[in-house]
Amino acid sequence: MSTPFYVSPQQAMADRAEYARKGIARGRSLVVLQYTDGIVFVGENPSRALHKFSEIYDRIGFAAAGKYNEYENLRIGGVRYADLRGYTYDRDDVTARGLANVYAQTLGTIFSSAAEKPYEVELVVAEVGETPEGDQIYRLPHDGSIVDEHGSVAVGGNAEQISGYLDQRHQDGMSLAEALKLAVQALSRDTNGSEREIPAERLEVAVLDRTRPQKRKFRRIVGRQLSRLLEVNGAETAAEAEDPDEEK
Amino acid sequence: MDFLSEHQPEMLPGNRQLPPTQGVIEAPHGTTIVAVTFPGGVVLAGDRRATMGNVIAQRDIEKVFPADEYSAVGIAGTAGLAVEMVKLFQLELEHFEKVEGAQLSLEGKANRLSTMIRSNLGMAMQGLAVVPLFAGYDVDREKGRIFSYDVTGGRSEEKGFAATGSGSIFARGAMKKLFRDDLSEADATTLVVQALYDAADDDSATGGPDVARRIYPIVTVITEDGFRRLTEEESSEIARSILARRLEQPDGPRAALL
Repeated sequence: MSTPFYVSPQQAMADRAEYARKGIARGRSLVVLQYTDGIVFVGENPSRALHKFSEIYDRIGFAAAGKYNEYENLRIGGVRYADLRGYTYDRDDVTARGLANVYAQTLGTIFSSAAEKPYEVELVVAEVGETPEGDQIYRLPHDGSIVDEHGSVAVGGNAEQISGYLDQRHQDGMSLAEALKLAVQALSRDTNGSEREIPAERLEVAVLDRTRPQKRKFRRIVGRQLSRLLEVNGAETAAEAEDPDEEK
Repeated sequence: MDFLSEHQPEMLPGNRQLPPTQGVIEAPHGTTIVAVTFPGGVVLAGDRRATMGNVIAQRDIEKVFPADEYSAVGIAGTAGLAVEMVKLFQLELEHFEKVEGAQLSLEGKANRLSTMIRSNLGMAMQGLAVVPLFAGYDVDREKGRIFSYDVTGGRSEEKGFAATGSGSIFARGAMKKLFRDDLSEADATTLVVQALYDAADDDSATGGPDVARRIYPIVTVITEDGFRRLTEEESSEIARSILARRLEQPDGPRAALL
């Protein structure tokens, strides 16, 4: 009979965290930014059917990096939680904070349970408020902790570098086109510092738009609308390049 | 909803224990709902009165609700149960859309409502029936469609126009004489208010336009642009112009004899 090796709890947790981090790092990064009329989600996603961003409730959006089947599972759980809560009480009683807590509990339980492998996912739960000050963005790493973020957040493989880039350049009160431009610039930076081009077809973009008249503020930006927004940027940069003194 | 029936079955209308009762339970009832299709969409409208026996329980009840972006339900029958049914129906459509990432087909929505009405059959037998009218814009076929129901959940698609509730016989009579295939959106909204006026004229449980209190019928339009409820000004405009004409001709527009 063989005796199992002794593994210290610290070592076991470190191994599990390492495992989850590696899994998340294999996926492409995504960013969530505040802009003047809401919150924009931008990510690189070659698939049109498997979304990284989705609607949870009227004002709440969800973004995830990592393993698809795992975050899809969490997303459906979140939709159920929100819909049940809204039906039992009122639509206003569904909040991003409540949802983030549920996710943190779920992820934390799975992470520390020895019977299960940790989830290789990192989530962002965002809620758009009536004003930019009312916006809430929560980042939920694989181990079940919650990080309350402001302005911009990046998750996924290259997250640290991208969020560093965003922190330096993100400002309050950016327009959607400006925020989108910044997000695409941030995402196109590779680990080794070189830049590559991400075509519009490979971008997945969604917004929580507080100016939307409907109750449900989540909206995907696809096709012509997306290319128009990207073009606005192109035109502006071209104009700036032609006449750099104009604005001075 | 499957999830709800597993986790909190008492939340679903069909799963409640019914107390034994004698006679009819007195609860507020909603009354007349009408719908008309026109090329490009469908109009759904309802009066504002809720009655409890011979008492007017509420003068400004709302009986037409958006089910989702491209459909709406109008309710006749026991108001409390009907409103709950609509709430659950809205929730279910939204939930499906979010989980699957696609909308249910209009037929699918109509079938789902049918099941919900059937689950209320026990209550209906005790006099607490809910009979909605469902109208929506079919994005695939690019036209407005109307579905009517009976208490057992039987569903039938209606061509052109339909009505439900206690004043529906009079409303249907009015619509039969006024309906044409080539109505514009403005014509269709006028037609439904005319029909509601006729229903209120002959049915005591249906409320007509209340000029003194500024309570006018709820009129909603569903086209390829989605659901839109006419504003207070728009519906009062229609109701007032009809009222002005009726002062001269109390029975409304005349149809040709032959």
